Amino acid sequence: MTRPLPSYPSTRPGSAREAAGEPAPITPHHIAHRGGAENPSVAALRERFGAAIVRAHVMWGETTVIVAADAIHDLIAFLRDEPAHAYNYLVDVTAVEYRDAEQPMELVWHLRSLPWQRFLRLKVEIPKGEPLVAPSITDLYASADWLERECFDMFGVTFTGHPDLRRILMWDTYREGHPLRKDFPLRGRFSRSEQLTQALSIDTVGRYSMTELTIAEAFDDLPADMRERLAERRAAELARSTRTLDAGDDA
Amino acid sequence: MGLITTGERTVVRAPEPTGSTQDSWVTSRLDFLVNWARSSSMWPMPFGTACCAIEFMATAASRYDLARFGMERLSFSPRQADVLICAGRVPYKLAPVLRRIYQQMPQPKWVISMGACASSGGMFDNYAVVQGIDTIIPVDVYVPGCPPRPEALMYAILMLHKKVQTERLRDGARHTEIEPDPQSHLYIPPSRIDELSEPFGNSVHQTRSAP
Amino acid sequence: MSRRTIEMAVGTSGVDQFGRPMRAPLAVRGNGALVLEAPPEPELEGDHMLINIGPQHPATHGVLRLVLELDGETVVRCVPHIGYLHCGFEKIGEYRQYNQIIPWTDREDYLNSIGNNVAFVLGCERLFGIEITPRCTVLRVIAMEMSRIMSHLVWMGTTCIDIGAFTPFLWLYQERENLYNLLEGWVGARLTTSATRVGGMAAEVPDGWMDGLKAFIRGFPKTLDEADRMLARNGIWMGRTVGIGALSADEAINYGLSGAMLRASGVAYDVRKDVPYLDYETYDFDVPVGTQGDVYDRYLVRVEEMRQSIRILEQAVQRLPDGPLNVDDPRVILPPKTRATSQMESMIHHFKLVMEGPRPPIGEVYVPVESPKGEKGYYLVSDGTSKPVRWRIRPPAFVNLSAIPRMVEGHLLSDVIAINASIDIVMGEIDR
Repeated sequence: MTRPLPSYPSTRPGSAREAAGEPAPITPHHIAHRGGAENPSVAALRERFGAAIVRAHVMWGETTVIVAADAIHDLIAFLRDEPAHAYNYLVDVTAVEYRDAEQPMELVWHLRSLPWQRFLRLKVEIPKGEPLVAPSITDLYASADWLERECFDMFGVTFTGHPDLRRILMWDTYREGHPLRKDFPLRGRFSRSEQLTQALSIDTVGRYSMTELTIAEAFDDLPADMRERLAERRAAELARSTRTLDAGDDA
Repeated sequence: MGLITTGERTVVRAPEPTGSTQDSWVTSRLDFLVNWARSSSMWPMPFGTACCAIEFMATAASRYDLARFGMERLSFSPRQADVLICAGRVPYKLAPVLRRIYQQMPQPKWVISMGACASSGGMFDNYAVVQGIDTIIPVDVYVPGCPPRPEALMYAILMLHKKVQTERLRDGARHTEIEPDPQSHLYIPPSRIDELSEPFGNSVHQTRSAP
Repeated sequence: MSRRTIEMAVGTSGVDQFGRPMRAPLAVRGNGALVLEAPPEPELEGDHMLINIGPQHPATHGVLRLVLELDGETVVRCVPHIGYLHCGFEKIGEYRQYNQIIPWTDREDYLNSIGNNVAFVLGCERLFGIEITPRCTVLRVIAMEMSRIMSHLVWMGTTCIDIGAFTPFLWLYQERENLYNLLEGWVGARLTTSATRVGGMAAEVPDGWMDGLKAFIRGFPKTLDEADRMLARNGIWMGRTVGIGALSADEAINYGLSGAMLRASGVAYDVRKDVPYLDYETYDFDVPVGTQGDVYDRYLVRVEEMRQSIRILEQAVQRLPDGPLNVDDPRVILPPKTRATSQMESMIHHFKLVMEGPRPPIGEVYVPVESPKGEKGYYLVSDGTSKPVRWRIRPPAFVNLSAIPRMVEGHLLSDVIAINASIDIVMGEIDR
């Protein structure tokens, strides 16, 4: 996380809500399916980002905002940094692919504001056939690191700007695909014996160079900007570790 | 639908037993002594992955107490272990680790496959889970259950003791390391693995994602 | 901070005339921790060492692999590798009806099975738009608090073993056996309970069960106090845990930590208070919050949470109302067996519910609960069919574990084990 942490009047959960005089939260009963009170942050988002907000709806008491892909990073940064919204807690980053081929795939971010005790769901729709790319928010939340890696592993979504986007649940050289996609069969694409053969040929020890650890074999599968960054880091590491003989050294 | 046995059985052949096939009084007493020593205090290597590992810990705790079998000394180093108790589901990512740990154990060694997931893949009939650890390592006793009760695990241990007590020293094949096929890393034929992993019963119908 | 130096009987100058370190003076910090004040070590040239812990290791609490880059015994960098227990839960959830997913929820966080059952059906019921009965609400609170105690007992037992104390493990596991007996009496299973159904519970509590629970509520605090007394002011325990793996409040929030990890760092976020469910706002309980965010504070927070769970259980047992257990909604609840075997309509109703499964309206929900590990939530997306389009488990232990590289930086190798234990990880939930 490289962006400085925001500063609010208080991060105590519920502090902003109490200061604003709103009542304490209670267990919701008899929630309406649709309709219902919209999250107050949505109005501010509409005002600030206007056209980037595709639509917003309230379902079972939860507000969902569908956002254009290029605005999502700035939108989340705004929600995090503004004390009036203070979404300082990233709950989840995930994706949903529908069975209906016409429906676009959705990338989902769940944000929570601890001071205001609010919850917001942000979505980006990616129509079928378009590249699965989204900006990474690891510079805003440290928890996004592993959550985005899992999303990449399970769905194949590339998060641009992620410092270390490699598979996290499957092994790095996993060849069958991205398991949670709807075109990925439940039992995998290969036969059981083939899956076993591939699994048993994983090198458990691996090469113990830190930058190459579990990455080297899968280097070609990594996104391009990450390959460049790794190459730079590796060059720096090589330069550090290579001893050059000075004039005074004996051979 | 029963299992169809095919002609080929093994990929690699275990060495033939040598020596005479008759037992003498000395060898049978020696067998008894060796088997008694081996079964009375088998140090388990708990390859615990999931829920079965919790039941294994409960079996080792004071209520069910594995110490009465001499097994309270859990050996997390495979070099000092006698029996590998695979407690829990084994995904494909963990398969080479299990194979390696098993190979690091010195002979004589036994394997207890604890739980439905270790024995057959259990309820996890999907892309990620090995459909039975006997496709990776040889297993001596299978314990059904999800998770098996501590009493079930103790019954399996007693079964293993009975199995050990019927072993004979002259059966060199029993405790010879099986080497897997160098290309496929498997020690049973791939067709057999595929056949054993075929879904059956309810699992066949639970493949549809939408009604 | 006041310090006393204890002069050792044998030489205390620190370094002998050859420069080798000798017995060094021990200092006692104001909070009671013993600290070894060793003389500064000479700068040694050398490579960093890479060691690998796991995935099969007694102290990793499951199949976790930690690769540590060590400078001597100090950790410079830590790279955790997970996925060794990835079993495709979320994928298979798309191929199962809502009630059929409940056994799966047992097995991901297997220390909190019944808590996961409850969390899942809370999400389902919101997706379906069902209100559960008052009796079911209180029974579910009882189930969740029992589950919290069960999980913390395992956590405490295994953490003690990791740090070196074996006996509390046996005492606490014996208490767990008492809870196992209760669960077995209620739902028939010790560990993998599958105790809930959409709209209600799998089974009613049997007669006499409440007496068993009351006996547990009476007896458990004594055992807990015994174990706590052995550890809380123990010099070795405090020396191993105070100041280890500390995270500030802001960092903890940014890392997405939840549960005892976040509360030990000083942030009083408890889903039961901040996003209430099952009428938790009507119960009288406190949320323990730490100050330093180190391993010791996490220990104190979890022990106090167990005491608060007992307090909630007492109140729940008092207020358990009579009445129906399952909601009277034919969309989700099976007809009684006698009717299903004698009336044609009931038989067809039973058949359709079992073969096709209940169908919720199109929609999505995310209902978080306070699991012993932290904020646990199931994000369910429905397209109107009986099987969810997406079953996402928000795993608290996964997000908590992602902070481990930050926490172990600069600590010793033995501290890595203590820190790992303090996160309270369950690989079944992390890898799913």
